[in-house]
Amino acid sequence: MVWLFASVRMDWQGQKLAEQLMQILLLASAVVGFGAGYVMGSFQMMILIYAGGVVLTTLVTIPNWPFFNRHPLKWLDPSESEKHPKPQRQQPVISKKKSKK
Amino acid sequence: MHSFGYRANALLTFALTILALMCVIASFSDNLNHPTPTAQVQVLNINWFQKQSSGNDEVSMTLNISADLQSLFTWNTKQVFVFLAAEYETPKNSLNQISLWDGIIPTKDNARFWIHTSNKYRFVDQGSNLRGRDFNLTLHWHVMPKTGKMFADKIVMSGYRLPAEFR
Repeated sequence: MVWLFASVRMDWQGQKLAEQLMQILLLASAVVGFGAGYVMGSFQMMILIYAGGVVLTTLVTIPNWPFFNRHPLKWLDPSESEKHPKPQRQQPVISKKKSKK
Repeated sequence: MHSFGYRANALLTFALTILALMCVIASFSDNLNHPTPTAQVQVLNINWFQKQSSGNDEVSMTLNISADLQSLFTWNTKQVFVFLAAEYETPKNSLNQISLWDGIIPTKDNARFWIHTSNKYRFVDQGSNLRGRDFNLTLHWHVMPKTGKMFADKIVMSGYRLPAEFR
């Protein structure tokens, strides 16, 4: 169950989906709650419906569900990086650091 | 939105912002209500009417207050505070206001009421000006909302007069 919370990072598409879902669900429950409360003449009903919407949104968007991870990043193979070595550090950078000390 | 904590923070912030917005809209919705309250007050009896040893006039009276304030209640109303004041003019003060009775109305069902009572608070003048004095009885109310601005209004009932002599 740990994967639901912290260990695995969500992929880029999943993050976008989670944010959009959060905004849509909260706005929808606010509109429904306000409408129902106003029509029924009950402020408490508005608060209860909205609170329910917040709980639902929490359950849907906060855990790292598998459907947020359908687009994993494809990292290059380590052997690939050996063919394209990192550029070497330039000498002047090192000499500057030394000169400051 | 990459971690549990960031998503929880974003959700909490957005949810509370929307809640505040809903409360603002709910308080504005009170302006759509145009109440038509009614009230009648009868002075049934002057129980006693005398000058105190300090020189101020005091009167005790029996009142019959009936009012229908149900139209003041909306979905955003917590309670209504209502009080009945005697208002009159004297040479010294252009407006004297004395609260004679008050009450808190918690629900719409209690907003249509009828009460037979002597004045709950003492009707004492600032001086000796009450004999034969014309006065108004004014029903004031404050509508206390669940969120937003408090509304206040009143109904003025005129044509009352105190007796010309102490009794």
